[in-house]
Amino acid sequence: MGQITLQGVRKSFGPVNIIKNANLDIEDGSFVVFVGPSGCGKTTLLRLIAGLEDVTGGQILIDGKNVVDVPPAKRGLSMVFQSYALYPHMSVRGNIAFGLKMAGLPRPDIDRKVEAAAATLNLTPYLDRKPRELSGGQRQRVAIGRAIVREPKAFLFDEPLSNLDAALRVQMRLEVTKLQKQLATTAIYVTHDQVEAMTMADKIVVLNAGNIEQYGSPLELYERPANLFVAGFIGSPKMNFVSGEAVGEADVATLGVRPEHLRIGKEGEGWPGTVSVAEHLGSDTFLYVDAGKLGMLTARCIGEFNLKSGDRVWLSPDPTRLHRFDKDGAVIRT
Amino acid sequence: MARKVTARRVWVSTAAAWLFGFLIFLPILWMVLTSFKTELEAFSMPPKFLLFHWTMENYATVQERSDYLHHALNSILIAGGSTLIAMIIAIPAAWSMAFAPTKRTKDVLLWMLSTKMMPSVGVLVPIYLIFRDFGLLDTRAGLVMILCLGNLPIVIWMLFTYFKEIPKDILEAARMDGATIGRELVYVLTPMAVPGLASTLLLNFILAWNEAFWTLNLSTLDAAPLTTFIASYSSPEGLFWAKLSAASTLAIAPIIILGWFTQRQLVRGLTFGAVK
Repeated sequence: MGQITLQGVRKSFGPVNIIKNANLDIEDGSFVVFVGPSGCGKTTLLRLIAGLEDVTGGQILIDGKNVVDVPPAKRGLSMVFQSYALYPHMSVRGNIAFGLKMAGLPRPDIDRKVEAAAATLNLTPYLDRKPRELSGGQRQRVAIGRAIVREPKAFLFDEPLSNLDAALRVQMRLEVTKLQKQLATTAIYVTHDQVEAMTMADKIVVLNAGNIEQYGSPLELYERPANLFVAGFIGSPKMNFVSGEAVGEADVATLGVRPEHLRIGKEGEGWPGTVSVAEHLGSDTFLYVDAGKLGMLTARCIGEFNLKSGDRVWLSPDPTRLHRFDKDGAVIRT
Repeated sequence: MARKVTARRVWVSTAAAWLFGFLIFLPILWMVLTSFKTELEAFSMPPKFLLFHWTMENYATVQERSDYLHHALNSILIAGGSTLIAMIIAIPAAWSMAFAPTKRTKDVLLWMLSTKMMPSVGVLVPIYLIFRDFGLLDTRAGLVMILCLGNLPIVIWMLFTYFKEIPKDILEAARMDGATIGRELVYVLTPMAVPGLASTLLLNFILAWNEAFWTLNLSTLDAAPLTTFIASYSSPEGLFWAKLSAASTLAIAPIIILGWFTQRQLVRGLTFGAVK
């Protein structure tokens, strides 16, 4: 079991409020990603759950039990750090076994579990090496091995892939997702990379300046962002925002439309503009269009579009895919 | 062309390094040579470098006049004892300052260092009186205590800088893995800090071994270490250069041998954190 509930969790460092009032319900076995810009408090929130920081107020429940006064080791969670944080003076075997040794398991049990974890992560040939003799990807695997061997209630990942190169990151992303599904253990994963968030998560928590902006599945966040911040943060390229007045919707402060929901229309149809830059990626074409009083708009067109800088275009937004926000930035549901 | 210049530069800098090293080594070499001269040749003008009458006489006289082994044992006990106690106090102190700092940690560190800024002679009279009243004059325990207190700030500072270099993540990982603070110290922090602990220990031992101010002023015979033993050869009857040199050579021999075998640790310890 690994159900984690946050109730009114607050954290301040001196006069600075890092986490303002976090309420969250993480279901057992789900993969939840905390995402947000740097400094939004996502790592702090993870460390509060881990017990590496003390809460200023509120409750953290693991399987219904309040753990705010329980030390990290007794919470039954394991953590994978951004820096891997392997013990440099121990072999891979020693690193993976450390937690079990601390728990006082008998030697044969430790050996059996370590071998099993190593086999799962393809680390068997490296068991007797020191961390410095391993590549970045292998070190990451050892860090994950150390986490899974303890059979925790939940895994906590703190930007574990950010030190890897792009290709390895994609591969590890798949492996971590697969592993989590296979073990069916709750996982909380912190990242600033929204692609990681969208691809790995069952549910995403979008954080901004210490507040939870929205909690939902990746597609919910993409299709029904709760506010301007989430709308702008999720999706790449970023959603276009135009003022409601400029498009004749006076009761709407801001109108949002994603680049992929802007079509190149016939002459005289939609919003006129001039192509400022056209990026041809082969599979897609990104058009950066100067649309006069609407500002700069980005349009994403599938396939190759033979347009170049200076060409005149008309952009028509998909009317079913418009997002309307009031003056406080909250979405207007119709 | 470029290669030629580089080769020449290497040659010049190598020569300069040797010259500089020799200059630093010269007094020690001169002392060792003088210890094998007769008292007359020891201050002959012009000085004789190698062509003199080599003799072991000084060493025999020195051993006859005073008990070298007694003083050497005192040196080992005093330097070793003060180092050990300083380490026992400094490890937890440096640990808490490095990993659980408070707002005042920086001030405490500076305050400790400031105690080294006062010349020792400034507190000689009060310390002497305290030692006299407590019966600590010419006792090993007294010297262990004063040298330990004198070196403690440096030991804590050195360990603090070492511990600071250990990533906090690793200790947190150990905490997540279920290690208590005690186990964290034993299984994770100490093994990782071994090079730092070793060089701090060595440096402190050398400092204590060579300390001359307090040992000369607070001991006469029973607890007198090798520094007092050397000083006894500059007597009111005049300086006996050859015998003084023999005594000095005997006094520094153990520490030079120790330094020779541990030079890698020492260099690492002294430059730690400076180059990464």
